[in-house]
Amino acid sequence: MSLDSSRDPTREGPVVAGVVIGIAVIVVALVLFLPLIAVFAEAFRSGIEAYVAGITEPDAVSAIKLTLTVTAIVVPLNTIFGIATAWAVTKFEFWGKSALMTLVDLPFSISPVISGLIYVLVFGAHGWFVPQLDAWNIQIIFTVTGICLATLFVTLPFVARELIPLMQSQGTDEESAAATLGAGGWRTFFFVTLPNIKWALMYGVLLCSARAMGEFGAVAVVSGHIRGLTNTMPLHVEVLYNEYSFVSAFAVASLLAFFALVTLAIKSFLEAQFADELAAQRRH
Amino acid sequence: MQTSSPLSAATKDSMSLEITDIRKSFGRFPALKGVSLTAHEGEFLALLGPSGSGKTTLLRVLAGLETPETGAISFRGEDLLSKPVRAREIGFVFQHYALFRHMTVANNIAFGMRAKKGVARPSAKQIRARVSELLDLVQLSGLEKRYPSQLSGGQRQRVALARALAIEPQLLLLDEPFGALDAKVRRELRRWLREVHERTGLTTIFVTHDQEEALELADRVALLREGQLEQVGTPEELYHNPQSAFAFEFLGDSVKLDAEVSGGVATIAGFSAPVQGASFNGRSAVYARPDSFTIAREGAGLPAEVRSVLLGGADARVDLTLSTGELAEIRIPYEIAKGFSASDRVFIAPRELRAWPEGSLSQI
Repeated sequence: MSLDSSRDPTREGPVVAGVVIGIAVIVVALVLFLPLIAVFAEAFRSGIEAYVAGITEPDAVSAIKLTLTVTAIVVPLNTIFGIATAWAVTKFEFWGKSALMTLVDLPFSISPVISGLIYVLVFGAHGWFVPQLDAWNIQIIFTVTGICLATLFVTLPFVARELIPLMQSQGTDEESAAATLGAGGWRTFFFVTLPNIKWALMYGVLLCSARAMGEFGAVAVVSGHIRGLTNTMPLHVEVLYNEYSFVSAFAVASLLAFFALVTLAIKSFLEAQFADELAAQRRH
Repeated sequence: MQTSSPLSAATKDSMSLEITDIRKSFGRFPALKGVSLTAHEGEFLALLGPSGSGKTTLLRVLAGLETPETGAISFRGEDLLSKPVRAREIGFVFQHYALFRHMTVANNIAFGMRAKKGVARPSAKQIRARVSELLDLVQLSGLEKRYPSQLSGGQRQRVALARALAIEPQLLLLDEPFGALDAKVRRELRRWLREVHERTGLTTIFVTHDQEEALELADRVALLREGQLEQVGTPEELYHNPQSAFAFEFLGDSVKLDAEVSGGVATIAGFSAPVQGASFNGRSAVYARPDSFTIAREGAGLPAEVRSVLLGGADARVDLTLSTGELAEIRIPYEIAKGFSASDRVFIAPRELRAWPEGSLSQI
């Protein structure tokens, strides 16, 4: 028996490696890659004209617009909320801090449908605040406002969750140093804290966007499926599918998948571009 | 700064910094239990103590990074505690440097100058000039474009100092300035920091747990213990005239012996010697420095048996078992130590023994 000195002692034998890699490849192919291919294949099944017709039809266009609008409203709000929460939780000590951190995670553990129902309960036809809201002539359920609120709730943890571990590991020394050097709160935030968290923030914003575009459950409950008005892309896909307009359904779905892929591509691009900086700043 | 102004003339040689009865606790843990301390203008003061003694907390209170429950701090006649951190004009060098990791060395140093407002804010040209002047001072010229992660520990330390000096502070505070560096770099930086202090003339306070560092660098040393000031004095006073067993043990190696004290004389296993500071009678711990012993095969002294002799190093170390059963380690010159080996029966005699009332009776 000869010893193979070139072999890495932490490496498994070829059989084990093969089996493990094989399982991973099969799972990824079956549950991720195949459905993705299927979406695009189905979308283009009746040719490019049918596809274009599917996504340029007025209801589809309005759904695309609505989805992008909701994303454009929700993501900045959650970015601000996420930064503010992470900043508060990691840089200060206050009473009720752990309760706040638990609350931030709540949307992750609650089914989106329930989140939607909560809004119906609170703002719906027989909701708690309806007399007051009616007096002001404000309607929330079955409107874009309701969709935004539901999406806001569901995507609440994304930015904060991404920032908190990083900011915790960075501590408050740099902020303290900035203060001793005479910098005020805003200056410290924009010149010291923000540059230190920018990559994690970007990552959180991308994840938040992807989820905001794709959210179905909570939005389905509060939207009312009013075509051309309160139908987002995922809801529109469902409506089309139920009407047996498969080509149109998959066309819109493929567009949604495309948005998600773009988000992923941006993330990978950023990671590749700034690999060194990320390695220095991220914890893992 | 304005050395000719009447203010600075008046404050020269008077107390520049007066800390009065500062108390601070974290939850139920009292970190500072009423500390009062003063510093002269231009003085280099060390806060020395074991971990948990409150020395870093005191430094952070001075900088405004912690708020004390009670007490007062006045600096050149002004109340310091009423000012927020950023208005105190105190240079602070953090233990782990706290350099801005995404900024170059030059931008780190310029940060404080850029944060100034209105007329106090220097022009871009002035900032550049000052940065290069400071880089000269800390001997890092040519590294201004580097990021903190591309620097060694000693270099980071010097950037941190340059950054703190850039705001032309009235007071310079350093938290364990050499804590994270290896022994050789430590000694170099120590000498260099002393030079920087002499050149800038800034009142400087630094925290350390290393007695050697405190004794070598500081004009005066304040020894802290469990949130209270144990003793303040020049390194010489502290080392040669410690006011407590704690001070004696903390400032250098010591040999502690169990003795019977009576009329200023300590008796240990039949051997008697005068003991300083023993104005009491009874059983007590008495102390000696390991290098104050003589060793002989016969004559007057404390009987002991040699356990081992270590001949490496400037002084040789001899480990002994005393006839009382206690263990002791003494240091004697190499030439003498050479003549002894394990299980030799010897007599050792300390040139000087000390005792403090606190060590008597039950506290042994």
